[in-house]
Amino acid sequence: MNGGGMPSDGTERGAGGPAEVASYEPVIGLEIHVQLRTRTKMFCSCPLSFGEPPNTHTCPVCLGLPGSLPVANAEAIHYGLMIGLAVGSELAPRSIFHRKNYFYPDLPKGYQISQYDEPLCSGGRLGEVRIHRVHLEEDAAKLTHVGSSGRIHGSDASVVDFNRGGTPLAEIVTEPDVRSAEQASEWLRLLRTTLRQLGVSDVNMEEGSLRCDANISIRPVGTTQLGTKTELKNMNSFRFIERGIRAEVARQEALLRAGETVTQETLHFDPRTEAITSLRSKEEAHDYRYFPEPDLPPVRITNEMLHRARTAMPELPAARETRFASVLGLNVESARLLSWRAELGDYFEAALDAGASMHPPAGAQPLANWISELTARHDGDDPADSKVTPQALATLVGLVGSKKLTQGGAKQVLDRLVAEGGDPAAIVDAESLGAVGGADELAPVVRAALEANPDVAAKLRDGDMKPIGVIVGYVMKETRGRADGGEVTAIVRAELGL
Amino acid sequence: MLDRSEVLHVARLARLRLDDEEVDRMAGELSSILGHIAAIAALDLDDVPPTSHVVEVESALRADEPGPCLDRDVALAQAPAVQDGGFLVPSPQAG
Repeated sequence: MNGGGMPSDGTERGAGGPAEVASYEPVIGLEIHVQLRTRTKMFCSCPLSFGEPPNTHTCPVCLGLPGSLPVANAEAIHYGLMIGLAVGSELAPRSIFHRKNYFYPDLPKGYQISQYDEPLCSGGRLGEVRIHRVHLEEDAAKLTHVGSSGRIHGSDASVVDFNRGGTPLAEIVTEPDVRSAEQASEWLRLLRTTLRQLGVSDVNMEEGSLRCDANISIRPVGTTQLGTKTELKNMNSFRFIERGIRAEVARQEALLRAGETVTQETLHFDPRTEAITSLRSKEEAHDYRYFPEPDLPPVRITNEMLHRARTAMPELPAARETRFASVLGLNVESARLLSWRAELGDYFEAALDAGASMHPPAGAQPLANWISELTARHDGDDPADSKVTPQALATLVGLVGSKKLTQGGAKQVLDRLVAEGGDPAAIVDAESLGAVGGADELAPVVRAALEANPDVAAKLRDGDMKPIGVIVGYVMKETRGRADGGEVTAIVRAELGL
Repeated sequence: MLDRSEVLHVARLARLRLDDEEVDRMAGELSSILGHIAAIAALDLDDVPPTSHVVEVESALRADEPGPCLDRDVALAQAPAVQDGGFLVPSPQAG
């Protein structure tokens, strides 16, 4: 979609240019394509594809055969409305589809059915970034380059698989409110979580169900005029997005500092080499000659459709963050982490439920802290994919809460759980990791520590408590971290009659 | 009046190859169409909503229910060339 009007029109000379500019700031707008999780395609009843053999999910409509007619998928429109509601868009009472005309082998009709000046959703905001619009369109087919082929005379060949062609897409266009590469990737995580919570998409970047383009320009700090923008295409991981934007901002800044200008063009970032290259640009490439799709009547959004979309809205990250903080009493960092990353929040709530029946119940903040310990040990984004069940983590937190396990002991148990799974209580018993507590158990160890360190013992007797760490360390080593530091200190004092 | 370069630009976008005689004829025909549009544009139509569709039908939507697909052999039957179960085409990068 190109005609929607990103504010930078690219026809002006890049802002700045003079070498005396002290510093530049990036101005970034994002365009995100999201494959919707419907059962069938946008305009025909072919089922969506998940790795089926090529060209087995096609019909006359998605192959663009003459005489076929598209019919819009009601569920895709429903999902589009849900996205609009989630970002506070104005939902158009009536919206229409347009033909976006261009020739490419992944587009059998010679045009993509998209939306132009009457999109489904206009305006809105997610986090600190304003939304320009959200509209619906169809995905293109998949092209695989196969090198030279004897069957096509004298040229490189590609193979087209139309299984993906016609998959429903929502395109979400932001205003140019992003000011850094880091902010872009953080905001995209929030968007991904929001879309996942809505249940409208698989939002899997590796598999291409969430794809991001970035419109990037820079301008001298303190100025408001937009510089010439470039478009960085199709970045498929948060890391690449961050690195790609950073590389492009650096490239533009180097150009302006050298007294040159930025050319408006479409760019590709190669994450392996960090190289930015210009994609083939034809002067008419953006002359799409949009016109209303005569084969699709306007979509009238009825009260019934709106009601259904509103009813389907789940709790979104912002509301969840508030609930975690105000109802469960989590600190700000935990509340944000567990709400912006839905998989962590879901795991947290499952563990909280499992721990609720324990005596005493596993506390919310300790659980949140231990989920961070778990993610630090688990190789993957989602702790639900680890061998540690929410029930096991709740049990672990419960053991710490009831002083049956020290922090250090619990970390050892967690190491074992991550490696092998199982029941924390059983691991504690089998490995003798249970907390060592009470004067009966600890006093002999403390006495041994004092005997082994007569200098320290003498200082402590004289009231110099600084070296007590030596004694605590000795006890911890002897008990393999299973003693409570505070209790050890108390016993040292008792043993010395302090 | 459209000039030759404008006609050739539009023809290029539509992947049409025109000979010289056709370019001249199209310049005339397209210009007369544009002239008609200009006549409409001269009218005061501020209160008239744009007509995107001439038939008064709205929201003909489809339930999200899967239907049958074509057999692959049928889908590929009209392809000039086939490879690996796909439509073999000249690489767009080469074109």
